[in-house]
Amino acid sequence: MALMLKGARLIDPQVGLDEVADILIRDGRIVEIGHDLVMEKGVERDLSGKIIVPGLVDMHVHLREPGFEQKEDIASGTRAAAHGGFTAVCAMPNTSPVIDNALGVEYVKARAAAVGKCRVIVAGACSKGLGGDTLADMGDMRAHGAQAFTDDGRGIQDTGMMRRVMDYAKQFDVPVMVHCQDDALVGDGQVNEGVASTRLGMLGWPAEGEEIEIARDIALARLTGCPLHIQHVTTARGLELVRAAKAEGLPVTCEVTPHHMFLTEDAIGPEYQTALKVNPPLRTAADAAALVAGVADGTVDAIVTDHAPHTAWEKDREFELAPFGMTGLETSLALVLTHLVGAGVIGYDRMVELMAVAPRAILREEPVKLAAGSVADLTVIDPDAAWTVEEGDFLSKAVNSGFIGAELTGRATDTYVAGYATMEDGRIVE
Amino acid sequence: MAQRGQGLFFALRRPSQRLRRRYGRFRLYALSMKKGVCMNDAGTVKSICMDADEIERSLTRIAHQILETNKGAAQIALVGIVTRGDLLAKMLASRIEEIEGVAVPLGALDISFYRDDFMTHFAPEVHSTDIPFDIDGKTVVLVDDILYTGRTIRAALDALMDIGRPAAVQLAVLVDRGHRELPIRADYVGKNVPSSSDENVRLFLKDIDGTSAVEILAMGPGDRAGAAPIQKTGGE
Amino acid sequence: MSFSHKHLIDITEYSADDLMLILETAEKFKQVNERRIKQVPTLKGFTVVNMFNEPSTRTRSSFEIAEKRLSANSLNFGGSSTSTVKGESLVDTVETLCAYKIDCIVVRDKHAGVPRKIADVSGVAVIDAGDGKHQHPTQALLDLYSIWEKKGSFDKLHVGVVGDIGHSRVCGSLIPALKIMGCEVTVIAPPTLMPARPDVLGADHVTYNLDEALPELDVVYMLRIQRERFEGAPYPSLREYNQLFGLTRERDRLMKPDALVCHPGPINRGVELDSFMADHPERSVILDQVYAGVLVRMAALYLLLGGSNDGFDA
Repeated sequence: MALMLKGARLIDPQVGLDEVADILIRDGRIVEIGHDLVMEKGVERDLSGKIIVPGLVDMHVHLREPGFEQKEDIASGTRAAAHGGFTAVCAMPNTSPVIDNALGVEYVKARAAAVGKCRVIVAGACSKGLGGDTLADMGDMRAHGAQAFTDDGRGIQDTGMMRRVMDYAKQFDVPVMVHCQDDALVGDGQVNEGVASTRLGMLGWPAEGEEIEIARDIALARLTGCPLHIQHVTTARGLELVRAAKAEGLPVTCEVTPHHMFLTEDAIGPEYQTALKVNPPLRTAADAAALVAGVADGTVDAIVTDHAPHTAWEKDREFELAPFGMTGLETSLALVLTHLVGAGVIGYDRMVELMAVAPRAILREEPVKLAAGSVADLTVIDPDAAWTVEEGDFLSKAVNSGFIGAELTGRATDTYVAGYATMEDGRIVE
Repeated sequence: MAQRGQGLFFALRRPSQRLRRRYGRFRLYALSMKKGVCMNDAGTVKSICMDADEIERSLTRIAHQILETNKGAAQIALVGIVTRGDLLAKMLASRIEEIEGVAVPLGALDISFYRDDFMTHFAPEVHSTDIPFDIDGKTVVLVDDILYTGRTIRAALDALMDIGRPAAVQLAVLVDRGHRELPIRADYVGKNVPSSSDENVRLFLKDIDGTSAVEILAMGPGDRAGAAPIQKTGGE
Repeated sequence: MSFSHKHLIDITEYSADDLMLILETAEKFKQVNERRIKQVPTLKGFTVVNMFNEPSTRTRSSFEIAEKRLSANSLNFGGSSTSTVKGESLVDTVETLCAYKIDCIVVRDKHAGVPRKIADVSGVAVIDAGDGKHQHPTQALLDLYSIWEKKGSFDKLHVGVVGDIGHSRVCGSLIPALKIMGCEVTVIAPPTLMPARPDVLGADHVTYNLDEALPELDVVYMLRIQRERFEGAPYPSLREYNQLFGLTRERDRLMKPDALVCHPGPINRGVELDSFMADHPERSVILDQVYAGVLVRMAALYLLLGGSNDGFDA
């Protein structure tokens, strides 16, 4: 069956495209892009006033299945992804059991195929059970489709073990993605060390606890040659380390989250909002500004959400006992549109690079371009939609967003995966 | 310790702006009363029921009555209820001294912690109780300005009993305006003033208000019956 | 005069006038506490729950005495020893308590921010009796009272706070409170016991040298070394701590003649305080602080539960 998307502004820096044109899709692929296209038979949608970009990818998401289905599952998490305009997500392996073998990879792929509303790219664990001491079955997992390895949620503390992970992973030509956290420094740190930890009377999570592991892992990338992807960089100096590594020509990439760019430690008030308890913690305004600058100047490769759903009851408790993490799939694009594109920090081109092009490249996924022959994974954006983030609007099982009440401009209205609509006019297609 | 603490307390409190803000208008009001009937936000003056001379004569009479009833000043002590009764008690004490040549023990009683309307009419400012003598075995004459519902006296009796065990307690008031809600009666009354419950009867004293008088006022919305507010009483 | 606070959770929400009113009210309660019958009927019919989710004998006793002397009905409720262990959440525990129709919760918890959470959930007046490493406002009030009683005013007072500042909820309230009252504050501790940003608490000066600071101080506030708070010790030995940061007999000569010594208790004799200083008849106000605890807690309960009506009747 054919699908014609008419009259939208098409933006894709990969092919130098930014103009109003029509897209003709057949059998899951783009057949033709041009003006005043006609088709004999099929569905035609008028998308004038909208923007179409290559389908967005969130390469850092916790879908929580298997094991923590009360927080989120693959069905609800991928619906939330589609609702946020994403055509693919990369699922982190810190489930229960941990995705550290081929069986786990196959399980996630099978569930995604059965109930998913977007593509699910599987990241396998680096170490068995995320224990940080024994190599996980990386070769098996790779053979069954794992596209990256990570112990996300914690850092591998032992430097020798980290070297072993990177040495071994190098043969599979997929990235090792690292959550940088030196436990000896961070301990039970709850909030950024400094003003926030002093003001709130809680243990500090120092910036250096992150930067030391970033520096160490960059050194190991130099030593091993393994592609390294630094997850959720939150500090100015951490980003500077990445910048220097790139200048040196090392295979290092990095990502930032909207919450680390658009929220700071100052947002945590006397109410001790547990929605703002994230790991790494919200940093200073200077750090957040440095991340935004890194997004603009190209140091940052990807914007991700670190979507970390938790049940209301888990978050509705003492700050120090509440779990780390906030959701993000359904606010990420709008936050970027409002605070980066709308604010003139970056253009749509750069946004597409950060949220669609780079994530696929880092994960060794087939590129999606607005060009004939490409897979028809597309995100349709209404750049003028003004909306307020509300709990009731989420399709995720969780509502632990730090942006509830935020007034945003722009959001995805339609999402297409292989030419099939997963969301149309803001509603998930069942 | 208590003496020293009080000294500190008032040295700090005297320059307080908030007291001046709060009480300034009443002082102006008291001065303007000399002209007779006037308006202010505490109500309309309806009539003057005791002037300065009548107050003086009443106090002198009460002093004589106290001495007569108690057969002299030997066993008696005067305890005034702050913030007007203690001033009256002081005036009574000086008259008793003039008559008998005896300085009777004189104290001030604050009943803030004993009120039964704590939740509805909470006044955060607590005054000092200062009874620098042992009341055990004494005949304590409680002194207040206006006797109305009797609730203040009930609270004062409770407060007094927590301080000691007097041989007897008597009550002296300058004005009894009726409307009792409790079985309480004064032993010494300056003047019975029939009043309506939508009126307020207030005592003003020369030392702090510029003139002495007992006034009947119409209550404005939100006003409560009771004695006129004053700045920190003398001696403080 | 008005007192518009419903809770005593964060001392930084209180103005100098508010704090002064509490101290003045506490002084009135001192008169009550000096009597043979040390009880007034003020809070008759009020129910105050002492929810102590962390072991505490001193603070709980002090609150309990304050409540009883105000004639409130008080209930001691050990949160962590009962419900939390059974898996009940804080929110459920508080809602259960509220179903008893209570008027006030006094809460001690090992986690920062819990009193505010309880205030939001319960809707009743909440007094923070110490939350994690965050604040302990009634401790700060009793410290202020003791200093005020001895020094007469806070004008130009220079207060030194010595010891485990980084892990101290006492400091979280005391240092801001001293700043609100206009004092100059110096914090003195080994760097391992300093908070990340002492300036955020309000400290004017930071030093690691007790001997240099002592001659300037009108009040020396010694903190308890909280040994239970550390995994790895932040100093090599208690002996070395005592030599560098303990208020020893030898340091007496460095102090102003009228300098006071405060300590929130319980004292580690021979560690932060030598017995000579702890029992010093002129300098030590440590027992006065304990007494002041009852007074300021009575004052706080009285003012918080009294409502916000600013009646002027005498």
